[in-house]
Amino acid sequence: MAELLEIRWHGRGGQGAKTAAILMGEAVSASGKYIQAFPEYGPERMGAPVLAFNRISDEPIRLHCQVANPAIVVVLDATLIGKADVTAGVPEDGLYIINTNLSPSEMREQLGLTGGKVYTLDATQISMETIGRPIPNTPMMGALIRTSGLLTIDEFIANTRDRLEAKFRPDIVEKNIQAIERAYQEVQGEE
Amino acid sequence: MSAVEKGWKDVPRGGLILEAGSAKKYETGDWRTYKPVWDKEKCSNCMLCWIYCPDASILVKDGEMSGIDYKHCKGCGICAHECPRKCIEMVLDTGENGEAGAGE
Amino acid sequence: MSKRVAITGNEALAEAMRQINPDVVAAYPITPATEIVQIFADSVSNGRVDTEFVTVESEHSAMSATIGASAAGARAMTATSSQGLALMWEMLYIAAGLRLPIVAPIVNRALSAPINIHCDHSDTMGARDSGWIQIYSEDAQEAYDNLIQAIRISEHPDVLLPTMVTMDGFIVSHGMGNAELLADDVVQKFIGEYEPEHYLLDVENPITVGALDFADWYFEHRRQLADAHSKVQDVVLQVAKEFKEISGREYKLFDAYRLDDAEYAIVVINSAAGTAKTVVDELREKGLKVGLLKIRLFRPFPHKEIAEALSGKKAVAVLDRADSLSLMGGPLYIDLRAAMYDSPGSRVPMVNYIYGLGGRDVNLEQIAGVYDDLMEIAKTGKITQPVTYLGVRE
Repeated sequence: MAELLEIRWHGRGGQGAKTAAILMGEAVSASGKYIQAFPEYGPERMGAPVLAFNRISDEPIRLHCQVANPAIVVVLDATLIGKADVTAGVPEDGLYIINTNLSPSEMREQLGLTGGKVYTLDATQISMETIGRPIPNTPMMGALIRTSGLLTIDEFIANTRDRLEAKFRPDIVEKNIQAIERAYQEVQGEE
Repeated sequence: MSAVEKGWKDVPRGGLILEAGSAKKYETGDWRTYKPVWDKEKCSNCMLCWIYCPDASILVKDGEMSGIDYKHCKGCGICAHECPRKCIEMVLDTGENGEAGAGE
Repeated sequence: MSKRVAITGNEALAEAMRQINPDVVAAYPITPATEIVQIFADSVSNGRVDTEFVTVESEHSAMSATIGASAAGARAMTATSSQGLALMWEMLYIAAGLRLPIVAPIVNRALSAPINIHCDHSDTMGARDSGWIQIYSEDAQEAYDNLIQAIRISEHPDVLLPTMVTMDGFIVSHGMGNAELLADDVVQKFIGEYEPEHYLLDVENPITVGALDFADWYFEHRRQLADAHSKVQDVVLQVAKEFKEISGREYKLFDAYRLDDAEYAIVVINSAAGTAKTVVDELREKGLKVGLLKIRLFRPFPHKEIAEALSGKKAVAVLDRADSLSLMGGPLYIDLRAAMYDSPGSRVPMVNYIYGLGGRDVNLEQIAGVYDDLMEIAKTGKITQPVTYLGVRE
């Protein structure tokens, strides 16, 4: 089977984990790849831990089971760590992107990781400063684009702008794009 | 009825009835024990019998009652019961006078 | 021109309904089918379709109104799931008995109790004897393609039966994947105008629909229903052939995946087939002769063709996402065992796995384990457990 990339999003109900997975799926699909985007369907309560997933491949995707071994984990809310098992099933060389004001090495220690890569970003602060509300999903997409290399940032923004314009006023769209661009610049990796 | 010889391939799909007013073909006049006999002389053409008849067996011509459809009248007697001038009488239907089942 | 998009199953079916542009839609919302009609209702209010949309107070009324519209001569559709389909029950039989070519997407969801909104096939399996044609779909693409083809199949003069097109609740209905959508004019040209032969609004030729039909003719009309079903297979194949010409996508009565030379086969319905195909590929790379048969047309059941495709296999496992409680396994298994009874050659050992009830995930390891079991059965010649509940906590 062709290379299949699986991504798991951790968030809380209301933080936009599902929306992020869908926007990411649509943007990657528009670039010509095959995608899946779906949440784990539980009781959808504001604040409850939730999961969402992406699958990305150059070939049509037939799998319809849950994602068990994601190569990339995106955590929209660092307070979930310790409550949700964010490392479950992730391979040794897995990639983590975490919304926190801590450094990647501090997060690595908290997660007890020996391998893989850890990136951090204060997405909540970026969303407060750009969008004016704590909606970390938009900046976290920018961080994912930077660290995964799935698409160029220009390609991603071009593909996402349409989707945002369908839902939001032009000034809101610009603020979201700004958040994505800032996140792309500010995401931190380990030395 | 010749339909008895028909098989499932010969009858309209899904139990559709493809003809309007086909209930007229089902003659229920022989369900009757008593038949209504109408006295034209006493009748004022108030049409109450026509309104109440459940089988549309009161015959009307030019706005006036013209007779009883004995092919379909089941002999329920509602017309006789409702008639204010008592000009319809229920009598035992012996079939002898040739009117029973003959209709109009 | 067709275009590939990222789309959920519900969005794909709402899009198919918009392109079909039915005369009447009557529906009542139920998770996980709600979005289909919700999105379609947008098309109604924005004037993108000419549909008369009837809001009703229950699914029973939804199907009743759809039946009335269809009998009146309209191309009529509805959509539902689970309890909604169960509430339509008596009306399902009436739609089929009156030979009305209604088409309805049904999103597969478990039946209560205990209450559950997730996928299994208990709902449509329960409706299998209602007289409706049943076409199952692995993903959004198949659901979209099947819904468009269903219009042609249902309205074919040899058929005139209602069709339900199903897909898995949440897994496909809410999961985003890729699908190629056809252009509006291509869909319209493919389905054509609906021209009913007899309909209530034909004032020149008045008819009666739903007359009393006692012991004198009821039996004959039910016999006609079986006859209509006997015509479905040919029509399904003919419509599929024409659909391939406009879409490039091929559909048959069932999907035989690496089955021809396979010694061990799994038979499965809907989304789990995609997961199982991945297992087939992985095991084939190890040199194991495994294959898969995915059911598309379940009612009527293409029993001869399926039995032929499976005859000579060393062992077959049937995966059911519903239980029949006959204690003989799930509904698909029971049908398949009956179909295989008269197949030539020696009896093929068959086992049943009931899986995924109420949305329980079925993964690659579990399906690989089923193939392991089949190889063990072929080796030992013994079936120790005919019916297994796969993935239940013991």
